Amino acid sequence: MPLEGQIVEIVLLSLKVSLSAVVLSALVGIPLGALLAVGRFRGQSVLIVLVNASMGLPPVVVGLGLYLLFSRSGPLGVLQLLYTPAAMIIAQTILVTPIIASFSQQVFSDLHHEYDEMLRAMKASRWQTMATLIHDARHSLITALLAGLGRALSEIGAVMIVGGNIAHATRVMTTAIALETSKGNLYLAVTLGLILLALSGVINVVMILLRSRLERLAHV
Amino acid sequence: MSDSNVFPLGHPRPRKPAPPLLTAESLRYQRGGRELLAGVSFELPEKGITALLGPNGAGKSLTLRILMGLIPPDSGQVGFHSGFSGRIGMVFQQPVLLRRSVRANLDHALRIARIPRRDRTGMIAELLVMANLTHCAENAARSLSGGEQQRLAMARALVADPELLLLDEPTSSLDPAATAAFEDLTLEVAAKGAKIVLVTHDLHQARRLADDIIFLHRGRVYEHRTASAFFNAPESAEAKAYCTGTLLT
Ligand SMILES: Nc1ncnc2c1ncn2[C@@H]1O[C@H](COP(=O)(O)OP(=O)(O)O)[C@@H](O)[C@H]1O
Ligand SMILES: [Mg+2]
Repeated sequence: MPLEGQIVEIVLLSLKVSLSAVVLSALVGIPLGALLAVGRFRGQSVLIVLVNASMGLPPVVVGLGLYLLFSRSGPLGVLQLLYTPAAMIIAQTILVTPIIASFSQQVFSDLHHEYDEMLRAMKASRWQTMATLIHDARHSLITALLAGLGRALSEIGAVMIVGGNIAHATRVMTTAIALETSKGNLYLAVTLGLILLALSGVINVVMILLRSRLERLAHV
Repeated sequence: MSDSNVFPLGHPRPRKPAPPLLTAESLRYQRGGRELLAGVSFELPEKGITALLGPNGAGKSLTLRILMGLIPPDSGQVGFHSGFSGRIGMVFQQPVLLRRSVRANLDHALRIARIPRRDRTGMIAELLVMANLTHCAENAARSLSGGEQQRLAMARALVADPELLLLDEPTSSLDPAATAAFEDLTLEVAAKGAKIVLVTHDLHQARRLADDIIFLHRGRVYEHRTASAFFNAPESAEAKAYCTGTLLT
């Protein structure tokens, strides 16, 4: 396989894994953030502390935990997920969800402070309140998604352990850069590094433009 | 205070007075060692506009929030007429509007009131006409002028077809023209049968709109009388001082 082909393959897999992880994390993290901001339930403050602490989870530890779960003799060994992109997506989802949940909780708390009495005067249910907050804060949440995507694309510890850095199967940008650097293959390593940097830049710019455009369209 | 005074002047006093819509009984509310409401009691006549009048910090907003059920009093209670529907609407001093268009704000309120989609479009059109907002239906609610924002807040409060409407100084930050427009809307809503409690510190507004006046000062009700009786000759020294602009808060 020519070098360009390999690079394209690696970049595409990176994007596929990390974007999937961000989407899954958003599906869990945004409602979780809304619940933490609006809900009144037992264990809420413990959960808030837990979510905030999880933002700093070391990727290698998450990778190791999942390795133990997914390894042949582990409790979920039958699923045969180890060394697949699916396992990498799961690992990054675990890393990104707390970031999105914590960030969106902050956004929702601020908005809830403003809307609370008005929504209660309308007799809105807790679910209606959460839906209203999610709808009206959706543009601010783009920043949370960006932070999550940044974390996913740049982490290496978790995908290395559960993915195994297998060529044409689970090799992504970060693991490829580490490997090529250690092999002294600096040209490939630097190329991938620059692509990673450029990608992050482009994604950020696009999201920020998208955010301001959406805000203008949507009456913020 | 005696409730023989709460019927508008010129109306013959009915033989059997209609039961009050709402009875507030000895509402107390303390915070930080201060008695913000020191046993507030009154009865709201079933119809018309009641002005809750008093200087800044008298406890007017607090009273309204308790009536709305947004905060519980430390003691005392609010009782409603047995036939009361429970439908209460509220307009806040600072309008809190969603980050959406005018139309979407109304649609949101209708959805929360569980109005089916097919009925909403027509109801929104009616509310827009009533609040004179048809020309800016698609604009961002938060880009409207202060007067338009308050009329939208009023239209939104009307979505639930309130039997009791609570207005907390709705015109305190509006210019005279916007104030007049809001007052017209208020009179129109009252004419359709909703009971209105209007919090204001504006004597002229109370004179223009109110049928009866509750005068509140430092968390106490000093007077509750018909508007004409109140403005002819306030009984309490505090109300007198307030009307002449010499009341110290
Ligand atoms: N939750 C609260 N905690 C402490 N003080 C409050 C609270 N709510 C209102 N106050 C105070 O109570 C007094 C009456 O407030 P309010 O009802 O807003 O007055 P107003 O008649 O101007 O509407 C004010 O001095 C206000 O600062
Ligand atoms: Mg007030």
